[in-house]
Amino acid sequence: MGCNSSIQYEDRKSEKGMKAAVLIQNWYRCYKARLELRRLQAMNIFESIEYADEQDQLQLANFFSFMLENYTPNNKETSESLSQLFINTRKRKLDPETFIRNINVPDTYYGPRLKFPLTFSDVILLIDAFKENQILHARYVLQLLQEVKKVLQQLPNIVPVSSTVSKELTVCGDIHGKLDDLFLIFYKNGLPSGNNRYIFNGDFVDRGQNSMEVLMVLFSFLLVYPNDVYLNRGNHEDYLMNMRYGFTKEIMQKYKEHGGKILRSLEDVYTWLPIGTIIDEKILVIHGGISENTDLNILKQIKRNKMKSVLMPPITCSRIDLKHGHHDLPLSSISAIDQLSKIEWDQMVNILWSDPRSKKGCHPNTSRGGGCYFGPDVTNNILTKFALKMIIRSHECKPEGYDVCHDGKIVTVFSASNYYEEGSNRGAYIKLSQDNIPRFFQYQSNHLTQGKTLHERVDIVESAAFKILGERMISQKSSLIKAFQKYDPNNTGKISVSDWAKAAEEVLELSLPWLSLCPRLVKVIENGYVLYKMGFKDMPIVKAPQVAKSGMVETLVRYRSDLKIIFNIIDKDQSGLISMEEFRAMWKLFSSHYNIDIEDAYVDQLANSMDLNKDGSIDFNEFLTAFDVVHRLDRNSIKSQN
Amino acid sequence: MGLQEIQKKIKDAFEVFDHESNDTVDVREIGTIIRSLGCCPSEGELHDLIAEVEEEEPTGYIRLEKFLPMMVKVLLERRYRPIPEDLLLQAFEVLDAAKEGFLTKEELMKYMTEEGEPFTQEEMEEMLSAALDPETNTIQYRDYLAMMVIDEN
Repeated sequence: MGCNSSIQYEDRKSEKGMKAAVLIQNWYRCYKARLELRRLQAMNIFESIEYADEQDQLQLANFFSFMLENYTPNNKETSESLSQLFINTRKRKLDPETFIRNINVPDTYYGPRLKFPLTFSDVILLIDAFKENQILHARYVLQLLQEVKKVLQQLPNIVPVSSTVSKELTVCGDIHGKLDDLFLIFYKNGLPSGNNRYIFNGDFVDRGQNSMEVLMVLFSFLLVYPNDVYLNRGNHEDYLMNMRYGFTKEIMQKYKEHGGKILRSLEDVYTWLPIGTIIDEKILVIHGGISENTDLNILKQIKRNKMKSVLMPPITCSRIDLKHGHHDLPLSSISAIDQLSKIEWDQMVNILWSDPRSKKGCHPNTSRGGGCYFGPDVTNNILTKFALKMIIRSHECKPEGYDVCHDGKIVTVFSASNYYEEGSNRGAYIKLSQDNIPRFFQYQSNHLTQGKTLHERVDIVESAAFKILGERMISQKSSLIKAFQKYDPNNTGKISVSDWAKAAEEVLELSLPWLSLCPRLVKVIENGYVLYKMGFKDMPIVKAPQVAKSGMVETLVRYRSDLKIIFNIIDKDQSGLISMEEFRAMWKLFSSHYNIDIEDAYVDQLANSMDLNKDGSIDFNEFLTAFDVVHRLDRNSIKSQN
Repeated sequence: MGLQEIQKKIKDAFEVFDHESNDTVDVREIGTIIRSLGCCPSEGELHDLIAEVEEEEPTGYIRLEKFLPMMVKVLLERRYRPIPEDLLLQAFEVLDAAKEGFLTKEELMKYMTEEGEPFTQEEMEEMLSAALDPETNTIQYRDYLAMMVIDEN
């Protein structure tokens, strides 16, 4: 009896313990699930906005065509500079080799001094220097670019690779200037060499802080092992994309004196990057994807270096000649020789920009504004048509660093970990064995998130996502208020959360879970209503000049990246200044094309206030910085869209 | 919350895990989806819920079509309510055999990975990263709970 009751007591005790354990485990799992949802939602926000940005970018291409057709500047010089964008006949005073050799490297420079032809030890020197945060001198950058161009020019558009037993083959995806990730890959997988071959599938630059260093490392390995390192062009290997997404800024900051030359050299080198690689004639490796029209035979034939930028689509001459018949514009000299045909152009854009989706068929890629969405049927057709087994592509950030879809035929590999924010995603690379079955390796460069709890990491990703969402919202504030007011006919100042969500989706054109986001962005009062006029939580502020009217401020905030690119192009001598006249003429075109309704008088007023020297020229960088968005919680920094 | 709003909320959560955008999710993510909607089913209860919405011949995927009505019912009937704080505290106290106000790392690990519905290695590490006081190597569970409550709000 005594024994029995003590056993019973033990049983009851362990049963209690078990119940307690279950309770705690249950609670913890629920907590984790909520964090996971928040993290994924934040990623969703990043992705939607990134693609919406790309869409804006591609719409700019339309604007350039429009500009060319309608821009009637008063002086010949300006019209010539415009046409030069499309012809690219800049004359150099000195031949490039001589020019570079004349760049002096001072004795005070302690960085690596490269000698060409490069050797493996030069590359090691370079890597060590970059680990010490040194900057490679402009002279060596330019020499390297020159040598790389020579190598690239020898390559076909789609480079064939044969796998062999003795040599490992690794495929890496987008790196986007994340030098840490590149070094992590080399650490885990070994440096490129004769026995350790690598394919880098585009998007080496933009967004990260070390695009230059990443490029230098990749290019130097290419020079040392030209038969074992393969570089494919991505949609960010494009000098105009670089203007919006940060690489141009990085170069100008690191190379004040020679930055311009480096940019021009890059412009050129990019166009010589091959479009893709093909392994054993069975596996196609390209950056973006395909379309139903993808034709490898066309792709192999085109003159790939004619694609300067995705923002410079081919223009037809006859249309322009008609408009400007009486002007002596050199535009008529743009011939088919300098441009790709429309068909060739589309082939290339699709390769660089398309994304796979589960929906059948081929549809315009509305998120990005270029390339298409291709379904599993398109994949099957193209693979069959060209006797391929698989396509390895990149271009999309995946939480695990890789993804497989279309029944194993499309493999995505993305090598920039923490792409959107610390803790947002893993990076991955693929190793191909003899049988060409991909093996995936993942990593996450967690140098800043080490020691942070799961909750802290999700907080970081989430607040970054909300910051950029906030930026979007204030740049559309008046349209949003108008839309909210439609749901409030009696002008009570409040609308329901679901009406708020509907209006937000309509105006911002971002398909996000607005219902759940609502309480995070605005104040929700009882009964599930929103006081929509009260503004947004933690709303970012814009320190615009006093003379600017609010509608104008919003417009300039929204379009400042586009304007930056346009101004940079007009400013052909890269002085940072454009004339008042150029500004006015360009603004007129811009506002008519984008349907911006702002009185000319306001624009004039604003331009005049920007002409600080009163000499008729505008420092546009200063002008645009005034419309940068500042987050209340960022104390000393101005957060720009780059 | 009206029916429409509940449905939208469920759809939004489902969509986050619907990677193919074809109204299906991997069955392994159902637990996360249900929990993220504020319900706290145990692993056993989850198992039963999944059985309700699985296909006759399990495909590894759950369709929104089947998930939605089930989940609406769960939310309307307020099933699997989250565990109130005081009950949670009691649970920790039960495990704290010596009644010292804290658990050692070993004690917690033993219970969490061996008893009840055991944690995976990853889950254990994650919990410890926030719960463990590195100086004493113990889990001061009152403080931990207080912190979690603040975090969540």
